[in-house]
Amino acid sequence: MLRLILRRLGRSIPLLLVVSAVSFVIESLVPGDVARDMTLGVATVAQLKALRIKLGLNHPVWYQYLHYLNQLIFHAKLGNDAFSGQPVTTALAPRLPVTLSLVILTTLFCAVVGITLGITSAVYGGGLGKVVDFLAVAGFALPAFWLALVLQNFLTVDHRIFPSIGYVSPSVSVVDWLRSLVLPVLSISMAPLAIIAKQSRDSMMNVLEREYIRTLRACGISKTRILWKHALRNAVTPSLTIVGVVFISALSFSVFAETVFSLPGLGSLAVTAAESHDVPIIEGITMYFTLLVVAVNLILDICYALINPKVRLR
Amino acid sequence: MTQDMGMPPEIQVDADLAEDIPAASPPTRESYVRRFLHKPLGVISLAYLLLITLACFFAPLIAPYPALQQDLLNMSAGPTSAHFLGTDQLGRDVLSRLLYGGQITLIGVLVTIVTVLGLSIPIGLAAGYLGGRVDRWVNNAVDLLLSVPSIIIVLAVAAIFTDNLYIIMCTNGIFGAAGVTRVIRSAVLSIREELYIAAARTAGVGDFKIVVRHVFPRVLGPVIVQASVWGGIALGIETGLTFLGIGVAAPAPSWGASVYDASQMIYTDAFMLLPTGGLVAVTILAFAFLGDAVRDTTFEGWSSDIGRGKKWRPWRRRLKSRETVAPDFVDEATSERVIVDKDAALTVSHLSVTYDTGDQSTKVVDDVSFVLRDGEVLGIVGESGSGKSVTALSILGILPRALRISAGRVVVGGRDVSVLSERLMSDIRGSEIAIVFQEPMSCLDPSFTVGSQVAEVVRRHDKVSRRAAKTRAIELFEQVRLPQAANVAKRYPHQLSGGMAQRVCIALALAGRPKILIADEPTTALDVTVQAEILGLLRTIQQETGMSILLVTHDWGVVADLCDRAVVMYAGHIVEDATVEELFQHPYHPYTRGLQLCNPSLVEDGQPLPSIPGTVPAPHNWPRGCRFFDRCSFATPECATSVIALGRSDDGRLVRCLHWRDVASLTSKVSS
Repeated sequence: MLRLILRRLGRSIPLLLVVSAVSFVIESLVPGDVARDMTLGVATVAQLKALRIKLGLNHPVWYQYLHYLNQLIFHAKLGNDAFSGQPVTTALAPRLPVTLSLVILTTLFCAVVGITLGITSAVYGGGLGKVVDFLAVAGFALPAFWLALVLQNFLTVDHRIFPSIGYVSPSVSVVDWLRSLVLPVLSISMAPLAIIAKQSRDSMMNVLEREYIRTLRACGISKTRILWKHALRNAVTPSLTIVGVVFISALSFSVFAETVFSLPGLGSLAVTAAESHDVPIIEGITMYFTLLVVAVNLILDICYALINPKVRLR
Repeated sequence: MTQDMGMPPEIQVDADLAEDIPAASPPTRESYVRRFLHKPLGVISLAYLLLITLACFFAPLIAPYPALQQDLLNMSAGPTSAHFLGTDQLGRDVLSRLLYGGQITLIGVLVTIVTVLGLSIPIGLAAGYLGGRVDRWVNNAVDLLLSVPSIIIVLAVAAIFTDNLYIIMCTNGIFGAAGVTRVIRSAVLSIREELYIAAARTAGVGDFKIVVRHVFPRVLGPVIVQASVWGGIALGIETGLTFLGIGVAAPAPSWGASVYDASQMIYTDAFMLLPTGGLVAVTILAFAFLGDAVRDTTFEGWSSDIGRGKKWRPWRRRLKSRETVAPDFVDEATSERVIVDKDAALTVSHLSVTYDTGDQSTKVVDDVSFVLRDGEVLGIVGESGSGKSVTALSILGILPRALRISAGRVVVGGRDVSVLSERLMSDIRGSEIAIVFQEPMSCLDPSFTVGSQVAEVVRRHDKVSRRAAKTRAIELFEQVRLPQAANVAKRYPHQLSGGMAQRVCIALALAGRPKILIADEPTTALDVTVQAEILGLLRTIQQETGMSILLVTHDWGVVADLCDRAVVMYAGHIVEDATVEELFQHPYHPYTRGLQLCNPSLVEDGQPLPSIPGTVPAPHNWPRGCRFFDRCSFATPECATSVIALGRSDDGRLVRCLHWRDVASLTSKVSS
């Protein structure tokens, strides 16, 4: 098991390196001048030069990248905010719990509801099957940002059931924390929910056609036992890998939900950073997001190995 | 997002049953376009997309106002005759802004589609066709791209290339290309294995030419589907970004910006969310439906409709009945008096099984009757497609969904089990009748140890503790001669060899101490040396327990080795029923005789191996007369015209042939 974890961790190193390098190179291609942007064009030539040296812009790109990596690995630093001068990690730290709350709740919601919906619709079909079909179409067609607006309008402006904007820390009030996240989670859950429900329905239907299910039936094992012990165990295993996809898509959609519902998370910061060309911040968020994906994939790999004897015993 | 779109639907039919089920009709020669036109949703979607594109393209001609013109007297107004969709906060006509905005939005979508296809087609083709190192590198790159939350990179690009929507959408397309590359690659992988590609390669056709001329046209269907899917996804992302104010600078119109303008009036007039967001949603839907229609057009006829989109219902609702069958009863199907043999462990009488496809049903087992006596080993012999496996499954009531018992009875211990409810039937399965299948490996649940699976079945039949069940499982493993039984019990199916797995399956079948064991081609999937061991084991177990065995096989060697009696099946019905000795020495049916002559061990060295010309007719092609007519050397015109019944020979044997006397006289000459 330890070897499995180490092997998966080893595999994610190239991912981190490539993502950081690519984002670094892209950003070094900036046609504009960060130093000039920062000073809003009112600085003297000498001041600009001093600022460039301070930012390390006088060095070649590869040197800047190595410096960045060195800072990241040995000092856990991601550079400084281009405008406030505050370290990026300091700017991102308070926002991380917000995005994590949103994304983890969304993933859990989609995983639990999606797998349940998919499996039950595979077994009982009928109306539930239509719900999954409808979700699949709706999840694909309804843009998350628009759904967020509609939910916000209908459930907060018209009926004041949920707070329309803002985030409450769970350390203040767990109930308010949940209330502040219900609509953001719902608004970005449609597409991932559809993906996971469809996948687990197909997976369950596939398992139910397998010969070992027929063998168990032929041995007199009851329908309930076959369904909820044997079929479920085998059908859920492949659904686990899809949970990773759900997490990644929730992370992507968090950008929209956080903006519409004014949640002070990483996604909404990424949008403002993109608008104001704050390159260090965008780079920092990219690293955070990538690390999150790596961590989730590792956790899923471990879960997968735990329930799949073929992987565990290799 | 939906990477499975574009892959052919999987056909899930067991190999051993598929041969008994009529094949799907081959794809019609109707042109692709004509078939597409039969899909209303696809046609409507395509028409809608064309209409929207034209409307936006000709916006300067048809839009009632310029995109930026403000009507300061009518700001934030609802729909009026002057402004069909109302005006935004700055008094700009929403309809006009949507039309003009569509130009930017749709070109952005086009940029993504072109990027996706431009990258994924060459890379996917190369990876799938060349394989090896290229494939590995491509796969790694795809994995990497798919595990990055793409939106953040897109935002980073947006931070650098201010308000350059096309570069942003191009970046988006690079991430999209990853998934599509994977789809194309796996499609190419399966095409590459086909014979005509190998033939072209052997003939010296260049790789490039093979890919362009032979491989690419075959992946065109999935490619169009993916293009359509990505049209939808790109539109969603694009409107999302422009909604956030990224990619398009403020006064310029775009669909996302229109939704944003509408959201600014959310407190005063939320109605505006509907036409703006609705336009986006409907257009995405059109892309999705278009993709579905193309996929269906491409893949229809590739598969039979088994299990597609229908509810899975293996536990077919059965009649609840405890009725016992009198020693003799009148069969409703034939109004014939049936005598239930007192010594019979199992009586099958006038059993018919039909295969339902949509509106029509085809018989695959036709009026089969036989008796399995206590302690007897009875063979059911026949070629692929003779209906022997289906007969075996119908006895236990475990037919796949598309098949059902349409007539006849299965009498076990004086009870007609074909009408029992699922619950009552499950009491019979395993304890009265058990079955061993052909593929032992796929008959064991991969997620549990074999010991726990056997113990589960033990506990189903004996009310014992978990520990006692475990002990009994190990005893069963010893009974089927598994070495180191306690050790094997802890293993998972994938850790066993085929022969060991089949022994475990036999142990599963024995767990409920059944009186009847059905063995459905139990040795076909095994190595030759293992086959003999398993047959030997079945014989030993039969002698130890005195159970009756129904052995389904195509192998006359197995019949000679193990069986007391055999019924010969051909094209869904029984053609001969006799003791093994009689069948081998004096076959009465031309088919039985033909099969015997094909036995390689009877042929002298150097002589060609005889065979029966022709093939078994498929169920929907069964002739009215003798089903063996086409392949029979004894056939006369009357064989084709009249229905041939299973009749008694002078010495009381059952045979379905008008000319059994001719066959008999010939074989007696051969054997003497």
